[in-house]
Amino acid sequence: MKFIAFLLAALVAGPAAAADADLQRQCGECHAFEKPADATLDRLWTRKGPDLWYAGAKFNRAWLVKWLQKPTAIRAGGVMWFKHAKPGEPRDTIDPAGIAPHPSVDAAAADKLADALMTLTGGGIVDAAAFKPEGANLSMGKLAFGKLRGCTACHQEKPGTGGVSAPELYDAGERLQPGYVLAYTKNPQAFDPHIWMPRLELTDVDLQRITAYVASLKAGE
Amino acid sequence: MNGFMIAVGALAGFLLLGQGASAADAKIDHASRLYDTYCAQCHGVSRNGKGVNTVGLSVQPRDHSDTAAMASLPRDQMVRAIREGGAAVNKSALMPSWASVLTDAEIEQMADYLLYVCKCGKP
Ligand code: HEC
Ligand code: HEC
Ligand code: HEC
Repeated sequence: MKFIAFLLAALVAGPAAAADADLQRQCGECHAFEKPADATLDRLWTRKGPDLWYAGAKFNRAWLVKWLQKPTAIRAGGVMWFKHAKPGEPRDTIDPAGIAPHPSVDAAAADKLADALMTLTGGGIVDAAAFKPEGANLSMGKLAFGKLRGCTACHQEKPGTGGVSAPELYDAGERLQPGYVLAYTKNPQAFDPHIWMPRLELTDVDLQRITAYVASLKAGE
Repeated sequence: MNGFMIAVGALAGFLLLGQGASAADAKIDHASRLYDTYCAQCHGVSRNGKGVNTVGLSVQPRDHSDTAAMASLPRDQMVRAIREGGAAVNKSALMPSWASVLTDAEIEQMADYLLYVCKCGKP
């Protein structure tokens, strides 16, 4: 039903919406392009891919175009880490065998899909102006991200280090808009009420420094 | 197996004082699901403190299957650690606060679940 409404909207609205229809058709099996009405814990366990309804407020377009043609793993543990975890010594590990590589598309399709994704701004969930890059102190940000606030418990700031239950952030500067990094860090439950990153008690100063640091991370550094 | 049945029976008694055992099972199942989602990433799929994320932790998470060590942890301290984070009970802040995702009722259920997992034999 939703899909038919979507198709109709596409027919009426012309090229931009037609790209949305492509997105729905090729990618809708695994991704949500609208804020889910049923954001339950069960949905988090059964969804096949991360939500993209706020993609336009989250990604840098250039990264999308590149990644869609040559996808790399972002979540070492897959979209739901527990499903791929196995008990072991000295610690549990992720079994990569069950994690399928992402489908890829050609350059022309990637360009169109990126356009369509960038229109999904998530209804103002991200305040792009909240991050103030002036006076950012990267070394304080790094300290807060690692030792002080323990983000490395779940996230990798460098390939091969840190936790694996969450998206890697070692190329976050290329992938993510700083406003999104700040908004997500400030309140993960605004994006999904049941996600397994809790809201951490951070001061504004911490949020600014951590965002500046995360937004500075680039692959190969 | 026998010990397990006894533990389940004892737990049902502790928790419910007269309600049916199936309600206790449902609460345990729900808490177990929450544990898998939120806690096992650090505390381990076997509840033994050896989660996938311990590779990035400078302080090791509590082994929730350690009967002796868990027995020395008062229930209200568990509740406090889960609700407000490790720092609130003078432990490592790497143990985060879960008040943003778990309801008060779920935090209470989680404390009961931890007592069930550690077989500590106290309510
Ligand atoms: C079979 C399921 C499946 C299909 C089909 C699929 N994806 Fe994905 N997608 C995933 C999974 C799983 C991930 C997470 C990969 C990771 O984190 O390593 C993902 C990640 C992404 C990401 C990064 C999201 C993030 O939050 O990090 C984007 C963007 C994306 N997909 C776009 C698309 C587009 C566009 C299409 C259609 C051409 C598509 N996907 C088709 C499963 C799918
Ligand atoms: C207990 C584990 C955990 C901790 C600790 C944690 N995160 Fe997360 N983080 C997650 C999970 C889980 C997600 C989202 C998973 C998904 O979308 O698939 C996430 C998502 C993010 C994102 C969005 C990434 C993306 O690609 O969409 C950012 C930015 C982020 N976290 C920053 C931080 C910062 C900064 C800290 C420390 C202050 C931190 N996180 C601590 C688990 C954690
Ligand atoms: C990011 C990793 C991480 C996650 C996720 C996590 N914990 Fe912990 N937890 C720790 C660490 C580290 C300690 C040890 C703190 C110390 O001994 O200083 C700990 C300690 C504890 C303690 C003992 C506190 C005390 O007073 O000794 C309890 C109880 C606990 N965690 C419960 C939970 C529950 C329940 C969850 C899920 C809702 C959870 N933890 C999720 C890292 C984590």
